[in-house]
Amino acid sequence: MKSSKDIAELLNEPACEHNKKEKSGCAKPKPGSAAGGCAFDGAQIALLPIADVAHIVHGPIACAGSSWDNRGTRSSGSELYRIGMTTDLTEQDIVMGRSEKRLFHSIKQSIDSYNPPAVFIYNTCVPALVGDDLNAICKYATERWQVPVIPIDCAGFYGTKNLGNRIAGDAMVKYVIGTRDPDPLPPSAEHAGFKIHDVNLIGEYNIAGEFWHVLPLLDEMGLRVLCTLSGDARFREVQTMHKAEVNMMVCSKAMVNVARNLNKQYGTPWFEGSFYGITDTSQALRDFARMLNDPDLTQRTEAIIEREETRIRNALEPWKARLKGKRVLLFTGGVKSWSVISALQDLGMVVVATGTKKSTEEDKARIRELMGEDALMIEDGSPRALLKIVHDYQADILIAGGRNMYTALKARIPFLDINQEREFGYAGFQGMLELVRQLALTIESPVWKAVRTPMPWKVVTRSPEHSEPESEPITPDQTSLARNAG
Amino acid sequence: MAEILKRNKALSVNPLKASQPMGGSLACLGFDKAIPLLHGSQGCTAFAKVFFVRHFREPIPLQSTAMDQSSSVMGADDNVIEGIKAIAEKSKPALIVVLTTGLSETQGADIQRNVREFREKYPQFAHVAVVPVSTPDFSGCVETGYAATVYEIIHHLVPDAVTANTHPGSRQRQINVLAGSLLTPGDIEALKDLLEQFNLRPVFVPDVSDSLDGSLTDDDFSPVTIGGTPISELATLGDACATLVIGASLHKAGELLAQKTGVPCHYFEHLYGLQANDRLIMTLAELSEQPVPLRIERQRAQLQDAMLDTHFMLGQLRIGLAADPDQLNALVTLVQEMGAEVVAAVCAAAAPILANIPLNSIKIGDLEDLEQLCREQRAQLLIGNSHAVTSAERLGVPILRAGFPLYDLIGAYQKTWVGYRGTRQALFDLANLVINFAHEDIPVYRSPYAQKTDTERPSGSHSCH
Repeated sequence: MKSSKDIAELLNEPACEHNKKEKSGCAKPKPGSAAGGCAFDGAQIALLPIADVAHIVHGPIACAGSSWDNRGTRSSGSELYRIGMTTDLTEQDIVMGRSEKRLFHSIKQSIDSYNPPAVFIYNTCVPALVGDDLNAICKYATERWQVPVIPIDCAGFYGTKNLGNRIAGDAMVKYVIGTRDPDPLPPSAEHAGFKIHDVNLIGEYNIAGEFWHVLPLLDEMGLRVLCTLSGDARFREVQTMHKAEVNMMVCSKAMVNVARNLNKQYGTPWFEGSFYGITDTSQALRDFARMLNDPDLTQRTEAIIEREETRIRNALEPWKARLKGKRVLLFTGGVKSWSVISALQDLGMVVVATGTKKSTEEDKARIRELMGEDALMIEDGSPRALLKIVHDYQADILIAGGRNMYTALKARIPFLDINQEREFGYAGFQGMLELVRQLALTIESPVWKAVRTPMPWKVVTRSPEHSEPESEPITPDQTSLARNAG
Repeated sequence: MAEILKRNKALSVNPLKASQPMGGSLACLGFDKAIPLLHGSQGCTAFAKVFFVRHFREPIPLQSTAMDQSSSVMGADDNVIEGIKAIAEKSKPALIVVLTTGLSETQGADIQRNVREFREKYPQFAHVAVVPVSTPDFSGCVETGYAATVYEIIHHLVPDAVTANTHPGSRQRQINVLAGSLLTPGDIEALKDLLEQFNLRPVFVPDVSDSLDGSLTDDDFSPVTIGGTPISELATLGDACATLVIGASLHKAGELLAQKTGVPCHYFEHLYGLQANDRLIMTLAELSEQPVPLRIERQRAQLQDAMLDTHFMLGQLRIGLAADPDQLNALVTLVQEMGAEVVAAVCAAAAPILANIPLNSIKIGDLEDLEQLCREQRAQLLIGNSHAVTSAERLGVPILRAGFPLYDLIGAYQKTWVGYRGTRQALFDLANLVINFAHEDIPVYRSPYAQKTDTERPSGSHSCH
């Protein structure tokens, strides 16, 4: 089990704005009115996209059993990350103290069956509570089988998903990054006629493959992405992250400790950016050029931005007419709250309110910059509160995480999923086309009218002869018949 | 009859099993104005919620006692007591089912005592039913957690005949149905329809067809279930003339109900296939003292016809199965009635029923085990949950989806397996999956003496497929 001192240290993240002011998003969850995942959830989300690693969840079935193969992230090659592995601890294991032994043999089994370049062990509540010595087992297994076995001590009760992200990042910094130097550049790079710079992206998960909208542009600029932590990453890529010239924190403060530690240990500068929306994508490309301080790169980057913006603005033109003026309630955490605003404003849409539950003060400042001083910021994300805002502000659509999908649908409100379980990629210039298509698909759908239509036989037309009450009293039996028929 | 092969490897790969609290939650969600409260860390609830939302495509009420580091180590009694109170206050439920997890069980939680303490501390919520159930993650599966929860709900909320002054048969047309976890909302709807055709009044316990059937209600939002068995109905169970118990896993719950109320039970292991449904219809005809309606006779004849039509595709078909115990038993019966061979059977957890299944062996294991067995035994078709789809892809065989979770098929939760009609549709679905593979593919033979021109021949070493 991690000591409370370790946890406190992870929670104390100097590069996170939450630290400086009264915390707005890291409040302690209350029994009976809690929402959101645990530290294990956060750690698994952060690292599972590393595609060629054997990811073993050490615990009883609940942790892996209801969560494996449940992410929208995509790989360009290895599919090992989609194989669910767990020690599936039994009562016997726990009572008899056999869980460490089972873990040790499990590591061997995963190496024998799948020959992975590394094995990640996710510790969960039960083994943390009974005191399994994760670090010692991983160390011993590494020596014994000559395959790196990385402990990720992320028991759910340590804290929130956000803490889990940091634990994951911390494990990468501690055990993986800096253990290998990057491959030499391929010979083709010599002929490019410009200098190739090495960079990392941190917090980019390649949801639905959306990073593949962006990567070709980085290639064209002459940026070699040593590693994206962790979308479509490989273990051997993570190992080399210390050699980047600059790191970009993508759309999330969650693994900011990685950027900060790489800066501290290796002096790598970092910046924060997003690939959602035209403005932000261009800004991210510019920031790379600026941080790398290479005049030739800056010039070429501007040309690429010019070309891409023109292209995509032309392609978006017919869609903008359809979406212009539509009112959006955006409810999503952290950095996405401002990065998506800019994407929507690029389309001429009106963002009536945005969620700031997980946002930092810095995020909020950017929101004010984008939406004006009177921007409505929503802290209370309960379904009831969201629906009230939708009605009060006459929003045409709710954009939120999958968890809120049925809040919207049951209230007959158009919805777009923005979180990591989604099946469409919205990043980069090209991603905007998918975004508009999905927005139009739901906003313009004929089903909204249909699902708001009452049963015609329940609509009483008032006539002078009939001044009866509006509708007949309905007996419970009739209601249940009507429901069954529907 | 079947030999039960225990788990013999350290690591579980591509788990088939989902945990007991999931089953407990599912049972709870079949009651009206209900909400499950998982006693564990936040993640236990978050994962369970995502799991059910993906399966049912419905909002799922589910709460957490949100154990953190200090309460995990120092004790989490307050988490349970204050958690129940917060829900009772805010969401106004009729039923809260408190389910333990691996974390709280390992810690040594005593939720029975916690609920008693809640009652003492907050008498103002005496009207809210609270049922504690022990469902550790480290044993059992969805089915056992579900069965334990139904048992505890009967134990806590069904009054005994003396106290409640109930008399078996005083509600002449009422039939209680204890619905096992293998029944989908579609199944329960079909069963209601059957019972109503005999002029019987069914009370399902629990009733996911009324809460998780995917219907659009007038309410924008509800923090608790909308629909399901009303808690008030539990007081009437003792007046019913009989109880049908569907699923071997609910046998104990049935016995408890009979013991408390005196209402006799009729036990059905499942309702898949002709024979099981014949027994059901016979029972309904006897209980209702009515002839079997012509419509049902017609449906039986339709099923028999479908059996004839599909036996060409399903006879000798080599099938691999992975499911929880009751559903595994049901599926084995269904396909064996058609002359298919179950060449690989993997079950999520052990259960007494497994020993009675007419197979040589059943493996307690995961989808990797299923895949290996199917490869060795050259299975031609799989039946399993959505996770098994990638196994089927690797094996290159079709799959019929059944069980939990089903997240890649719209309306899967509504599929009807039971009754003559449900069985017929299941046979059609199975046959359609193999109709293009079921005939023998004889490789083309070309005689060297034949007078056909060479240009007809495909170039290279082409296989006949």
